[in-house]
Amino acid sequence: MAALPAAIELDGLTRRYGERVALEDVTLTVAPATTLVVFGPNGAGKSTLLRVLATLLRPHAGAVRVLGRSLPDDGWAVRGRIGFLTHEPLLYRDLSGRENLRFHARLHGVAFARVEELLDRVGLRLRADDRVSTYSRGMVQRLAVCRAVLHDPDVLLLDEPRANLDPAAADLVEPLIGAASGRTRVVTSHDPAGGLVEADLALGLRGGRTELLAPADRVQSHEIWALYR
Amino acid sequence: MSARATEPASSESDEALPEPRYVPLRTAVRALLRKELALELRAPQAVPAMALFSVTTLVVFHFALQRGVVDGDLASGVLWVTLLFAAMLGISRLFVADHEEGGLDGFLLAPTDRTALLVAKAVGLFAFLVALEVVAVPAFALLLLGPSPSLAAYGQLAVLLVLADAGIALVGTLVGAIAVQTRTRDLIVPLMALPLLIPVVIAAARGTSPLVLQGGSQGLEVRWLFVLGLYDLVFGLLAYALFDFLIED
Repeated sequence: MAALPAAIELDGLTRRYGERVALEDVTLTVAPATTLVVFGPNGAGKSTLLRVLATLLRPHAGAVRVLGRSLPDDGWAVRGRIGFLTHEPLLYRDLSGRENLRFHARLHGVAFARVEELLDRVGLRLRADDRVSTYSRGMVQRLAVCRAVLHDPDVLLLDEPRANLDPAAADLVEPLIGAASGRTRVVTSHDPAGGLVEADLALGLRGGRTELLAPADRVQSHEIWALYR
Repeated sequence: MSARATEPASSESDEALPEPRYVPLRTAVRALLRKELALELRAPQAVPAMALFSVTTLVVFHFALQRGVVDGDLASGVLWVTLLFAAMLGISRLFVADHEEGGLDGFLLAPTDRTALLVAKAVGLFAFLVALEVVAVPAFALLLLGPSPSLAAYGQLAVLLVLADAGIALVGTLVGAIAVQTRTRDLIVPLMALPLLIPVVIAAARGTSPLVLQGGSQGLEVRWLFVLGLYDLVFGLLAYALFDFLIED
Protein backbone atom coordinates (compact mmCIF):
# COMPACT_ATOMS: atom_id res chain seq x y z
CA MET A 1 0.00 0.00 0.00
CA ALA A 2 1.51 3.30 -1.06
CA ALA A 3 1.80 6.04 1.57
CA LEU A 4 -0.69 8.92 1.35
CA PRO A 5 0.92 12.02 -0.14
CA ALA A 6 0.92 15.31 1.72
CA ALA A 7 -2.37 17.06 1.15
CA ILE A 8 -0.65 20.30 0.14
CA GLU A 9 2.98 20.95 -0.80
CA LEU A 10 4.34 24.35 -1.80
CA ASP A 11 7.94 24.81 -2.84
CA GLY A 12 8.97 28.37 -3.64
CA LEU A 13 5.48 29.45 -4.68
CA THR A 14 5.52 32.90 -6.24
CA ARG A 15 2.60 34.79 -7.70
CA ARG A 16 2.49 38.32 -9.08
CA TYR A 17 -0.20 40.74 -10.24
CA GLY A 18 1.62 42.67 -12.93
CA GLU A 19 4.67 44.15 -11.22
CA ARG A 20 3.31 43.62 -7.71
CA VAL A 21 4.42 40.46 -5.94
CA ALA A 22 1.49 38.91 -4.05
CA LEU A 23 3.30 35.78 -2.88
CA GLU A 24 7.02 35.21 -2.87
CA ASP A 25 8.88 31.97 -2.31
CA VAL A 26 6.33 30.33 -0.01
CA THR A 27 7.35 26.81 0.98
CA LEU A 28 5.38 24.51 3.27
CA THR A 29 3.75 21.11 3.62
CA VAL A 30 0.32 20.35 5.05
CA ALA A 31 -0.42 16.79 6.15
CA PRO A 32 -3.80 15.22 5.37
CA ALA A 33 -6.67 16.02 7.78
CA THR A 34 -4.76 18.82 9.47
CA THR A 35 -5.36 22.56 9.57
CA LEU A 36 -3.10 25.31 8.32
CA VAL A 37 -4.17 28.73 9.56
CA VAL A 38 -2.83 31.68 7.60
CA PHE A 39 -2.42 35.02 9.38
CA GLY A 40 -1.43 38.37 7.98
CA PRO A 41 -2.62 41.91 7.43
CA ASN A 42 -4.76 42.94 4.46
CA GLY A 43 -2.81 42.52 1.24
CA ALA A 44 -0.44 39.97 2.77
CA GLY A 45 -1.30 37.36 0.13
CA LYS A 46 -3.70 35.16 2.09
CA SER A 47 -6.53 35.22 -0.45
CA THR A 48 -4.07 34.83 -3.32
CA LEU A 49 -2.68 31.70 -1.66
CA LEU A 50 -6.18 30.24 -1.40
CA ARG A 51 -6.98 31.07 -5.04
CA VAL A 52 -3.78 29.38 -6.22
CA LEU A 53 -4.63 26.27 -4.19
CA ALA A 54 -8.19 26.37 -5.58
CA THR A 55 -6.74 26.25 -9.14
CA LEU A 56 -8.24 29.69 -9.89
CA LEU A 57 -4.83 31.40 -10.18
CA ARG A 58 -1.69 30.04 -11.79
CA PRO A 59 1.54 30.08 -9.83
CA HIS A 60 4.22 32.14 -11.60
CA ALA A 61 7.13 30.26 -10.05
CA GLY A 62 7.71 27.33 -7.73
CA ALA A 63 5.90 24.04 -7.36
CA VAL A 64 2.38 23.52 -6.02
CA ARG A 65 0.94 20.09 -5.31
CA VAL A 66 -2.56 19.49 -3.95
CA LEU A 67 -3.57 15.92 -3.07
CA GLY A 68 -0.45 14.76 -4.86
CA ARG A 69 -1.32 16.52 -8.12
CA SER A 70 0.81 19.26 -9.61
CA LEU A 71 -0.86 22.61 -10.30
CA PRO A 72 -1.74 24.05 -12.70
CA ASP A 73 -1.20 21.11 -15.07
CA ASP A 74 -3.24 18.58 -13.10
CA GLY A 75 -5.72 21.09 -11.74
CA TRP A 76 -8.56 19.24 -13.45
CA ALA A 77 -7.84 16.20 -11.31
CA VAL A 78 -8.29 17.95 -7.96
CA ARG A 79 -11.04 20.45 -8.73
CA GLY A 80 -13.82 18.15 -7.57
CA ARG A 81 -12.00 17.50 -4.31
CA ILE A 82 -11.55 21.12 -3.23
CA GLY A 83 -14.12 23.17 -1.35
CA PHE A 84 -13.61 26.93 -1.57
CA LEU A 85 -15.28 29.45 0.73
CA THR A 86 -14.29 33.01 -0.01
CA HIS A 87 -15.55 36.51 0.76
CA GLU A 88 -17.70 36.23 -2.36
CA PRO A 89 -20.40 33.62 -1.72
CA LEU A 90 -20.36 32.49 -5.40
CA LEU A 91 -24.16 32.43 -5.38
CA TYR A 92 -26.63 34.01 -7.79
CA ARG A 93 -28.74 36.62 -5.99
CA ASP A 94 -31.77 36.15 -8.25
CA LEU A 95 -31.94 32.39 -7.69
CA SER A 96 -33.25 30.81 -4.51
CA GLY A 97 -30.97 29.09 -2.04
CA ARG A 98 -32.18 25.69 -3.19
CA GLU A 99 -31.74 26.58 -6.88
CA ASN A 100 -28.20 27.76 -6.23
CA LEU A 101 -27.24 24.57 -4.42
CA ARG A 102 -28.93 22.39 -7.04
CA PHE A 103 -26.99 24.23 -9.74
CA HIS A 104 -23.70 23.49 -8.00
CA ALA A 105 -24.86 19.93 -7.26
CA ARG A 106 -25.35 19.35 -10.99
CA LEU A 107 -21.91 20.82 -11.76
CA HIS A 108 -20.34 18.44 -9.24
CA GLY A 109 -22.46 15.39 -10.01
CA VAL A 110 -23.99 15.37 -6.54
CA ALA A 111 -27.48 14.02 -5.75
CA PHE A 112 -30.14 16.56 -4.68
CA ALA A 113 -30.63 14.65 -1.41
CA ARG A 114 -27.32 16.14 -0.29
CA VAL A 115 -28.72 19.64 -0.95
CA GLU A 116 -31.71 18.98 1.30
CA GLU A 117 -29.47 17.47 3.99
CA LEU A 118 -27.23 20.54 4.03
CA LEU A 119 -30.14 23.01 4.04
CA ASP A 120 -31.45 21.21 7.11
CA ARG A 121 -28.09 21.21 8.82
CA VAL A 122 -27.57 24.95 8.49
CA GLY A 123 -31.15 25.81 9.34
CA LEU A 124 -32.15 27.21 5.96
CA ARG A 125 -34.82 24.70 4.93
CA LEU A 126 -37.70 27.14 5.56
CA ARG A 127 -36.08 29.91 3.47
CA ALA A 128 -34.68 27.62 0.78
CA ASP A 129 -37.10 28.78 -1.91
CA ASP A 130 -36.56 32.49 -1.29
CA ARG A 131 -34.21 34.46 -3.49
CA VAL A 132 -30.72 34.84 -2.09
CA SER A 133 -31.10 38.64 -2.52
CA THR A 134 -33.60 38.53 0.38
CA TYR A 135 -31.21 36.71 2.75
CA SER A 136 -29.28 38.36 5.56
CA ARG A 137 -25.47 38.28 5.30
CA GLY A 138 -25.32 35.50 7.86
CA MET A 139 -27.79 33.40 5.88
CA VAL A 140 -25.81 33.97 2.70
CA GLN A 141 -22.67 32.81 4.51
CA ARG A 142 -24.43 29.66 5.76
CA LEU A 143 -25.59 28.94 2.22
CA ALA A 144 -22.07 29.55 0.93
CA VAL A 145 -20.79 27.00 3.45
CA CYS A 146 -23.29 24.50 2.02
CA ARG A 147 -21.99 25.24 -1.48
CA ALA A 148 -18.40 24.76 -0.40
CA VAL A 149 -18.97 21.33 1.19
CA LEU A 150 -21.71 20.12 -1.16
CA HIS A 151 -19.42 17.70 -2.98
CA ASP A 152 -17.78 16.38 0.21
CA PRO A 153 -14.33 17.82 -0.61
CA ASP A 154 -11.08 16.43 0.79
CA VAL A 155 -9.51 19.89 1.04
CA LEU A 156 -11.28 22.98 2.37
CA LEU A 157 -9.96 26.46 1.57
CA LEU A 158 -11.67 28.90 3.90
CA ASP A 159 -11.23 32.66 3.75
CA GLU A 160 -12.40 33.97 7.14
CA PRO A 161 -15.22 31.44 7.20
CA ARG A 162 -16.98 32.73 10.29
CA ALA A 163 -17.35 36.28 9.01
CA ASN A 164 -20.97 37.47 9.30
CA LEU A 165 -21.97 34.47 11.43
CA ASP A 166 -23.48 34.87 14.89
CA PRO A 167 -22.40 32.31 17.53
CA ALA A 168 -25.42 30.07 16.90
CA ALA A 169 -24.83 30.06 13.14
CA ALA A 170 -21.12 29.43 13.69
CA ASP A 171 -22.06 26.37 15.74
CA LEU A 172 -24.31 25.13 12.95
CA VAL A 173 -21.54 25.22 10.32
CA GLU A 174 -18.78 23.98 12.64
CA PRO A 175 -19.32 20.24 11.90
CA LEU A 176 -19.17 21.01 8.17
CA ILE A 177 -16.06 23.21 8.03
CA GLY A 178 -14.47 22.87 11.47
CA ALA A 179 -11.58 20.64 12.46
CA ALA A 180 -14.07 17.90 13.33
CA SER A 181 -14.99 17.63 9.64
CA GLY A 182 -11.84 15.54 9.20
CA ARG A 183 -10.81 17.43 6.08
CA THR A 184 -7.51 19.06 5.28
CA ARG A 185 -8.13 22.75 5.85
CA VAL A 186 -6.41 25.99 4.95
CA VAL A 187 -8.06 28.81 6.89
CA THR A 188 -7.30 32.52 6.82
CA SER A 189 -7.87 34.41 10.04
CA HIS A 190 -7.37 37.79 11.68
CA ASP A 191 -8.04 36.34 15.13
CA PRO A 192 -4.70 35.21 16.63
CA ALA A 193 -6.18 33.48 19.68
CA GLY A 194 -9.06 31.76 17.90
CA GLY A 195 -6.94 30.92 14.86
CA LEU A 196 -4.21 29.26 16.89
CA VAL A 197 -6.75 27.13 18.74
CA GLU A 198 -7.91 25.45 15.56
CA ALA A 199 -4.52 25.36 13.81
CA ASP A 200 -2.08 22.49 13.55
CA LEU A 201 0.29 24.65 11.56
CA ALA A 202 0.47 28.46 11.55
CA LEU A 203 1.65 30.55 8.62
CA GLY A 204 2.24 34.28 8.93
CA LEU A 205 2.44 36.31 5.73
CA ARG A 206 3.45 39.93 5.27
CA GLY A 207 3.86 41.51 1.87
CA GLY A 208 3.61 38.06 0.29
CA ARG A 209 6.60 36.72 2.22
CA THR A 210 6.65 34.06 4.91
CA GLU A 211 7.30 35.75 8.26
CA LEU A 212 6.25 32.84 10.42
CA LEU A 213 5.82 29.11 9.84
CA ALA A 214 5.62 26.77 12.80
CA PRO A 215 3.45 24.17 14.51
CA ALA A 216 0.64 26.08 16.17
CA ASP A 217 1.45 24.81 19.66
CA ARG A 218 4.84 26.54 19.44
CA VAL A 219 3.45 29.90 18.38
CA GLN A 220 2.51 32.65 20.80
CA SER A 221 -0.28 35.14 20.13
CA HIS A 222 2.13 38.07 20.31
CA GLU A 223 4.06 36.61 17.36
CA ILE A 224 0.86 36.77 15.32
CA TRP A 225 0.10 40.30 16.48
CA ALA A 226 3.58 41.32 15.36
CA LEU A 227 2.56 40.58 11.77
CA TYR A 228 0.02 43.38 11.91
CA ARG A 229 2.35 46.09 13.23
CA MET B 1 -23.12 9.82 1.03
CA SER B 2 -23.92 11.68 -2.10
CA ALA B 3 -24.07 10.10 -5.54
CA ARG B 4 -21.57 11.31 -8.11
CA ALA B 5 -21.00 11.10 -11.80
CA THR B 6 -17.39 10.00 -12.00
CA GLU B 7 -15.14 9.07 -14.83
CA PRO B 8 -11.80 7.41 -14.21
CA ALA B 9 -9.53 9.67 -16.21
CA SER B 10 -6.37 9.79 -14.13
CA SER B 11 -3.18 10.19 -16.06
CA GLU B 12 -1.11 8.89 -13.15
CA SER B 13 -0.80 5.37 -11.93
CA ASP B 14 0.04 6.11 -8.31
CA GLU B 15 -2.61 4.29 -6.27
CA ALA B 16 -2.16 6.71 -3.37
CA LEU B 17 -3.53 9.62 -5.38
CA PRO B 18 -7.27 10.20 -4.98
CA GLU B 19 -9.32 9.39 -8.04
CA PRO B 20 -10.28 12.50 -10.00
CA ARG B 21 -13.96 13.37 -10.14
CA TYR B 22 -15.41 14.35 -13.48
CA VAL B 23 -18.81 15.59 -14.59
CA PRO B 24 -19.59 14.97 -18.28
CA LEU B 25 -19.77 17.96 -20.60
CA ARG B 26 -23.45 17.47 -21.46
CA THR B 27 -24.42 17.39 -17.76
CA ALA B 28 -22.56 20.63 -17.13
CA VAL B 29 -24.05 22.27 -20.24
CA ARG B 30 -27.56 21.34 -19.12
CA ALA B 31 -26.91 22.72 -15.63
CA LEU B 32 -25.51 25.98 -16.99
CA LEU B 33 -28.29 26.41 -19.54
CA ARG B 34 -30.97 25.76 -16.94
CA LYS B 35 -29.37 28.40 -14.71
CA GLU B 36 -29.03 30.85 -17.61
CA LEU B 37 -32.70 30.58 -18.55
CA ALA B 38 -33.85 30.62 -14.91
CA LEU B 39 -31.97 33.88 -14.33
CA GLU B 40 -33.42 35.49 -17.45
CA LEU B 41 -36.95 34.38 -16.56
CA ARG B 42 -36.59 35.42 -12.92
CA ALA B 43 -35.08 38.83 -13.59
CA PRO B 44 -35.51 39.53 -17.31
CA GLN B 45 -32.75 41.76 -18.63
CA ALA B 46 -31.28 40.76 -21.96
CA VAL B 47 -34.37 39.81 -23.97
CA PRO B 48 -36.61 42.75 -22.99
CA ALA B 49 -33.74 45.19 -23.56
CA MET B 50 -32.97 43.74 -27.00
CA ALA B 51 -36.63 43.57 -28.03
CA LEU B 52 -37.42 47.12 -26.91
CA PHE B 53 -34.30 48.46 -28.56
CA SER B 54 -35.16 46.76 -31.86
CA VAL B 55 -38.75 48.02 -31.93
CA THR B 56 -37.64 51.54 -31.02
CA THR B 57 -35.00 51.49 -33.74
CA LEU B 58 -37.51 50.30 -36.33
CA VAL B 59 -39.88 53.10 -35.33
CA VAL B 60 -37.04 55.60 -35.75
CA PHE B 61 -36.23 54.15 -39.19
CA HIS B 62 -39.93 54.38 -40.07
CA PHE B 63 -39.88 58.13 -39.52
CA ALA B 64 -36.29 58.88 -40.51
CA LEU B 65 -36.55 57.27 -43.94
CA GLN B 66 -39.68 59.31 -44.66
CA ARG B 67 -41.13 56.38 -46.55
CA GLY B 68 -44.12 54.29 -45.67
CA VAL B 69 -42.53 51.13 -46.97
CA VAL B 70 -39.09 49.83 -47.93
CA ASP B 71 -37.99 46.73 -49.80
CA GLY B 72 -34.94 45.01 -51.31
CA ASP B 73 -31.46 46.08 -50.22
CA LEU B 74 -32.70 48.95 -48.06
CA ALA B 75 -35.19 46.79 -46.15
CA SER B 76 -32.63 44.06 -45.69
CA GLY B 77 -30.04 46.53 -44.41
CA VAL B 78 -32.49 48.11 -41.96
CA LEU B 79 -33.46 44.69 -40.57
CA TRP B 80 -29.90 43.44 -40.06
CA VAL B 81 -28.48 46.64 -38.65
CA THR B 82 -31.35 46.68 -36.16
CA LEU B 83 -30.86 43.04 -35.19
CA LEU B 84 -27.11 43.39 -34.90
CA PHE B 85 -27.19 46.46 -32.68
CA ALA B 86 -29.89 44.88 -30.52
CA ALA B 87 -27.69 41.79 -30.18
CA MET B 88 -24.90 43.97 -28.73
CA LEU B 89 -27.07 44.58 -25.66
CA GLY B 90 -27.43 40.84 -25.05
CA ILE B 91 -23.72 40.24 -25.57
CA SER B 92 -22.83 43.01 -23.10
CA ARG B 93 -24.91 41.35 -20.39
CA LEU B 94 -23.98 37.75 -21.19
CA PHE B 95 -21.38 37.26 -18.44
CA VAL B 96 -22.35 40.06 -16.06
CA ALA B 97 -24.16 37.95 -13.45
CA ASP B 98 -21.36 35.38 -13.51
CA HIS B 99 -18.70 38.05 -13.13
CA GLU B 100 -20.39 40.20 -10.49
CA GLU B 101 -21.80 37.37 -8.37
CA GLY B 102 -18.85 35.00 -8.57
CA GLY B 103 -20.61 32.42 -10.69
CA LEU B 104 -17.63 32.17 -12.99
CA ASP B 105 -15.37 31.09 -10.11
CA GLY B 106 -18.10 28.68 -9.03
CA PHE B 107 -18.02 27.10 -12.47
CA LEU B 108 -14.22 27.06 -12.67
CA LEU B 109 -14.14 25.08 -9.41
CA ALA B 110 -16.32 22.34 -10.91
CA PRO B 111 -14.70 19.16 -12.22
CA THR B 112 -15.85 19.53 -15.79
CA ASP B 113 -14.70 20.68 -19.21
CA ARG B 114 -14.57 24.49 -19.51
CA THR B 115 -16.04 24.13 -23.00
CA ALA B 116 -19.37 23.54 -21.22
CA LEU B 117 -19.55 27.25 -20.43
CA LEU B 118 -18.87 28.21 -24.06
CA VAL B 119 -21.60 25.86 -25.30
CA ALA B 120 -24.12 26.94 -22.66
CA LYS B 121 -23.48 30.65 -23.16
CA ALA B 122 -23.62 30.38 -26.95
CA VAL B 123 -26.83 28.34 -26.86
CA GLY B 124 -28.31 30.75 -24.31
CA LEU B 125 -27.43 33.77 -26.46
CA PHE B 126 -28.80 31.97 -29.52
CA ALA B 127 -32.10 31.46 -27.66
CA PHE B 128 -32.18 35.14 -26.66
CA LEU B 129 -31.59 36.16 -30.30
CA VAL B 130 -34.44 33.93 -31.45
CA ALA B 131 -36.68 35.56 -28.83
CA LEU B 132 -35.56 38.97 -30.10
CA GLU B 133 -36.42 38.05 -33.68
CA VAL B 134 -39.85 36.75 -32.69
CA VAL B 135 -40.58 40.39 -31.76
CA ALA B 136 -38.37 42.29 -34.20
CA VAL B 137 -39.24 40.56 -37.49
CA PRO B 138 -43.02 41.03 -37.18
CA ALA B 139 -42.42 44.62 -36.03
CA PHE B 140 -40.22 45.16 -39.09
CA ALA B 141 -42.90 43.73 -41.38
CA LEU B 142 -45.56 45.88 -39.76
CA LEU B 143 -43.65 49.17 -39.64
CA LEU B 144 -41.52 49.14 -42.76
CA LEU B 145 -41.97 46.26 -45.15
CA GLY B 146 -43.81 46.67 -48.44
CA PRO B 147 -45.76 43.78 -49.96
CA SER B 148 -45.83 40.92 -47.49
CA PRO B 149 -43.37 38.15 -48.48
CA SER B 150 -44.70 34.69 -49.20
CA LEU B 151 -44.71 31.95 -46.60
CA ALA B 152 -41.82 30.30 -48.47
CA ALA B 153 -39.81 33.53 -48.25
CA TYR B 154 -40.39 33.68 -44.50
CA GLY B 155 -39.21 30.07 -44.26
CA GLN B 156 -36.01 30.94 -46.12
CA LEU B 157 -35.54 34.00 -43.92
CA ALA B 158 -35.85 31.73 -40.88
CA VAL B 159 -32.99 29.56 -42.17
CA LEU B 160 -30.86 32.68 -42.71
CA LEU B 161 -31.69 33.92 -39.23
CA VAL B 162 -30.72 30.61 -37.64
CA LEU B 163 -27.33 30.52 -39.38
CA ALA B 164 -26.63 34.19 -38.68
CA ASP B 165 -27.71 33.80 -35.05
CA ALA B 166 -25.29 30.90 -34.62
CA GLY B 167 -22.42 33.11 -35.82
CA ILE B 168 -23.49 36.05 -33.65
CA ALA B 169 -23.83 33.73 -30.64
CA LEU B 170 -20.34 32.26 -31.07
CA VAL B 171 -18.61 35.59 -31.63
CA GLY B 172 -20.75 37.20 -28.95
CA THR B 173 -19.74 34.59 -26.38
CA LEU B 174 -16.06 35.10 -27.13
CA VAL B 175 -16.31 38.89 -27.05
CA GLY B 176 -18.55 38.85 -23.97
CA ALA B 177 -16.00 36.75 -22.07
CA ILE B 178 -13.28 39.27 -22.90
CA ALA B 179 -15.36 42.39 -22.32
CA VAL B 180 -16.71 41.41 -18.91
CA GLN B 181 -13.18 41.51 -17.52
CA THR B 182 -12.82 45.16 -18.50
CA ARG B 183 -14.34 48.28 -16.96
CA THR B 184 -15.70 49.46 -20.29
CA ARG B 185 -17.56 46.39 -21.48
CA ASP B 186 -20.37 48.43 -23.09
CA LEU B 187 -17.76 50.04 -25.31
CA ILE B 188 -15.58 46.98 -25.84
CA VAL B 189 -18.44 44.75 -27.02
CA PRO B 190 -19.45 46.77 -30.12
CA LEU B 191 -15.84 47.73 -30.87
CA MET B 192 -14.78 44.09 -30.99
CA ALA B 193 -17.93 42.33 -32.10
CA LEU B 194 -19.12 44.56 -34.95
CA PRO B 195 -15.97 44.25 -37.09
CA LEU B 196 -15.89 40.49 -36.48
CA LEU B 197 -19.54 40.23 -37.50
CA ILE B 198 -19.23 42.15 -40.78
CA PRO B 199 -19.14 38.90 -42.82
CA VAL B 200 -22.36 37.80 -41.11
CA VAL B 201 -24.04 41.11 -41.92
CA ILE B 202 -22.91 41.00 -45.55
CA ALA B 203 -24.08 37.42 -46.09
CA ALA B 204 -27.29 37.81 -44.13
CA ALA B 205 -28.22 41.14 -45.73
CA ARG B 206 -27.42 39.94 -49.26
CA GLY B 207 -29.33 36.76 -48.61
CA THR B 208 -32.33 38.62 -47.22
CA SER B 209 -32.60 41.23 -50.03
CA PRO B 210 -34.44 39.10 -52.58
CA LEU B 211 -36.73 37.76 -49.86
CA VAL B 212 -38.05 41.24 -49.08
CA LEU B 213 -38.35 42.35 -52.70
CA GLN B 214 -41.60 41.85 -54.61
CA GLY B 215 -42.99 39.51 -51.98
CA GLY B 216 -39.92 37.30 -52.05
CA SER B 217 -40.60 35.93 -55.51
CA GLN B 218 -36.89 35.77 -56.43
CA GLY B 219 -35.99 33.34 -53.67
CA LEU B 220 -32.84 32.94 -51.61
CA GLU B 221 -29.37 32.53 -53.12
CA VAL B 222 -27.98 29.38 -51.54
CA ARG B 223 -24.39 30.65 -51.59
CA TRP B 224 -25.15 33.03 -48.71
CA LEU B 225 -26.21 30.08 -46.62
CA PHE B 226 -22.86 28.44 -47.36
CA VAL B 227 -21.01 31.62 -46.41
CA LEU B 228 -22.86 31.77 -43.10
CA GLY B 229 -22.34 28.05 -42.48
CA LEU B 230 -18.62 28.39 -43.16
CA TYR B 231 -18.38 31.41 -40.86
CA ASP B 232 -20.14 29.46 -38.10
CA LEU B 233 -17.77 26.53 -38.56
CA VAL B 234 -14.62 28.69 -38.48
CA PHE B 235 -15.70 30.70 -35.44
CA GLY B 236 -16.99 27.58 -33.72
CA LEU B 237 -13.52 26.04 -33.99
CA LEU B 238 -11.86 29.31 -33.01
CA ALA B 239 -14.10 29.67 -29.96
CA TYR B 240 -13.39 26.07 -28.93
CA ALA B 241 -9.66 26.70 -29.18
CA LEU B 242 -9.62 30.07 -27.40
CA PHE B 243 -12.32 29.98 -24.78
CA ASP B 244 -10.32 28.20 -22.04
CA PHE B 245 -7.63 30.88 -22.24
CA LEU B 246 -10.18 33.67 -22.00
CA ILE B 247 -11.85 32.49 -18.81
CA GLU B 248 -8.82 31.12 -16.99
CA ASP B 249 -6.24 33.18 -15.14
